Amino acid sequence: MVLRRSWKPLSTLVAAAVLALGLAACGGDDGGGGGEGGEQVTLTWLVANAPDAVTPAEALSSAFQKQNPDVKIEIETRPQGGEGDNLVKTRLATQEMADLFSYNSGSLFQALRPQNVLTPLTDEPWVGKLDDAFKPSVTAGGDVYGVPFGSSLGGGVLYNKKVYDRLGLEIPKTWDEFMANNEKIKAEGIDPVIQSYQDTWTSQLFVLADFHNVAAEDPDWADKYTKNQVKYAQEPAVEGFKHLEEVNKAGYMNENFGSIKFERALSMLAKGQGAHYPILTSTLPNVETSDPGRVKDIGFFGIPGNDADSAGATLWLPGATYIPRTTEGEKLDAAKRFLAFMASPEGCDIYAKAWAPTGPFMVDGCELPKSVPPAVQDVQRYVDEQKVTPALEFSSPVKGPALEQITVEVGSGIRGAEDGAALYDQDVEKQAQQLGLEGW
Amino acid sequence: MTVVRDQAVATPGVAPPKSRRRMKSPYPYWFYLPAFAVFFIFFLVPTGSSFYYGFTRWTLFDAEWIGLENYRQFFSEPALTKGLTNTLIYGVVTSGLKVVLGMLLAVLLTSSVIGRAFMRSVVFFPVLVSTIGVGLTFVMLMEPDEGLINDTLALVGIEGPRWLVDPQWALLSVALVDVWKGVGLATVIYIAGIVSIPRELFDAAKVDGASAWGNFRHVILPLARPATTTVIILSLIGGLRSFELIWAMTRGGPGFSSDVIASVIYKQYQAGFYGLSTAGNVVLFILVTAIILPLFTWLNRRQVQM
Repeated sequence: MVLRRSWKPLSTLVAAAVLALGLAACGGDDGGGGGEGGEQVTLTWLVANAPDAVTPAEALSSAFQKQNPDVKIEIETRPQGGEGDNLVKTRLATQEMADLFSYNSGSLFQALRPQNVLTPLTDEPWVGKLDDAFKPSVTAGGDVYGVPFGSSLGGGVLYNKKVYDRLGLEIPKTWDEFMANNEKIKAEGIDPVIQSYQDTWTSQLFVLADFHNVAAEDPDWADKYTKNQVKYAQEPAVEGFKHLEEVNKAGYMNENFGSIKFERALSMLAKGQGAHYPILTSTLPNVETSDPGRVKDIGFFGIPGNDADSAGATLWLPGATYIPRTTEGEKLDAAKRFLAFMASPEGCDIYAKAWAPTGPFMVDGCELPKSVPPAVQDVQRYVDEQKVTPALEFSSPVKGPALEQITVEVGSGIRGAEDGAALYDQDVEKQAQQLGLEGW
Repeated sequence: MTVVRDQAVATPGVAPPKSRRRMKSPYPYWFYLPAFAVFFIFFLVPTGSSFYYGFTRWTLFDAEWIGLENYRQFFSEPALTKGLTNTLIYGVVTSGLKVVLGMLLAVLLTSSVIGRAFMRSVVFFPVLVSTIGVGLTFVMLMEPDEGLINDTLALVGIEGPRWLVDPQWALLSVALVDVWKGVGLATVIYIAGIVSIPRELFDAAKVDGASAWGNFRHVILPLARPATTTVIILSLIGGLRSFELIWAMTRGGPGFSSDVIASVIYKQYQAGFYGLSTAGNVVLFILVTAIILPLFTWLNRRQVQM
């Protein structure tokens, strides 16, 4: 424990020192370049050090540089997760941010206090083309600040289409229809619902992906939740926990739910040993590795709620690229041009070629390549029909760290649904207090 | 009384304890300075500041004083009650098994058994292996449906438990692995203890016609008491603050069923609740001290009385 505690500030220190050095070097470079050429503008772009960020970032920047020889883009990387959050906040606070940076949208974006540190882009021509589901997640105080970097992803149920065809089942629009399907599937000796609790995060989907149904019943739920006026232990949010409990009680889960990871679960789904697997569509590329050619047997539908008319899906939004206030003059101009390029259909195509999208793009006019798996096309259909709600984490900063343990408990039958939801409400309190939110 | 005893001790040639303490150190004071500086910076300051930060809501950048709120929060944490009992169960089970098994193995390995040196190394070997490595290996071995352990049990017709996946078994499974890994150290301590028992005592016991059991009960067991004390203290401290093995094997799961205090604290650090988890560490510190200190004095007194 002691190790961890002393390590954190140390690593921050080291990161800060490295940054300072790096910046000093950059500054020197800039000065020299400006003195000689005068024409070329060099932009730095900070992205997360994950392949799904770096690879498309490189593709986008090199395509842009080819069209705009007067701009040079240098990519910098940063750690992901909490450490990356700290780094971005520190660099913004010390006015040492790169000229462009990519970061989460939604509540993490709000936590940056965008009005103070980012350049508003509301008047840019591409703002009108942003998807309505996405726009609020990069909007603060009426101004838009970011352009989507990457594709969204769907959270809901992946199902085996062959099993559905064979048994003559219909896509369920309500929870009761879903359970009726499960009964028929079970009668055939197939596991109706696959769960994989060795990867604890996968247990949260029944709750998190149910948010579309929560928001359908109470459109202001996220707002009230942030203000501590509604709870997970109350209707309609408690339904997600109840669904999980029902599935367990009915014996619809695979026997080895406690001992497998999500790769194995996906493989079971692809082979038709199980019919449903609630998960994010970003996991689909794994099927190509474990069961080549079977990803076409997998489809997607949102977690069904009580009302067939409002049936839809919960969407996880892509992160965005922002311009800090410290970027000025020629650089700001070049940065804006680059963002417009990213928000164009051409930018989406370049992205899709560099990294296979696992969900729809959030820019109108951007088409997914024909080669994307059927499940991703299913998500696109929900987006086109405007039957999606962004997940709660994009509209409220309140999320407790222990949700995945609690949903494992509920899903394994260790704890009841209502008890679990109440426990989660308690867990969330710490987060809200740490963030210093009002009303907690 | 004291005066008399002091006088009795102060016989010529033997320095009385009091004056020995006053005896001038052979080193000048500045000689201690580097060691003290290291101790101060790396031990006293962090310990002191962790007591302070335990009373704050801390984001690493700024800390807000909230009094005892963290402690209230920490003790109302549902995972904590579970973690507290689990910590105690884990500490007692591992330390108890290490004492019993370590003693038995040591008796075996001090007798004139064939391949003694080899077997001593084999018993000690797991101590040298990385804890995380052991944990990950046993996760594979204990896999309920395809793992080697349950496959082997199935051969003799036993349906093994679901080990790490079953909430009833998870903590115990980890404890068993901990014992497997740690019993070598206990054995070595016991071997040292048994070997240091004077040979004459065994000879005398033999003359008195002691059986093997009598030998063990009346010679080895009482005279290996210092070794037992050491093993209990070491393994109990280890058990109470154990973390790596549990984290590598179950991450406190399924749900919270194998959470111990250390893993609860770790998860809070991970979530960014720095003040809260620092308060947790203070609690862990107090708990370990509260258990070990009396136990240590008690065990040592027993030893002296003998």
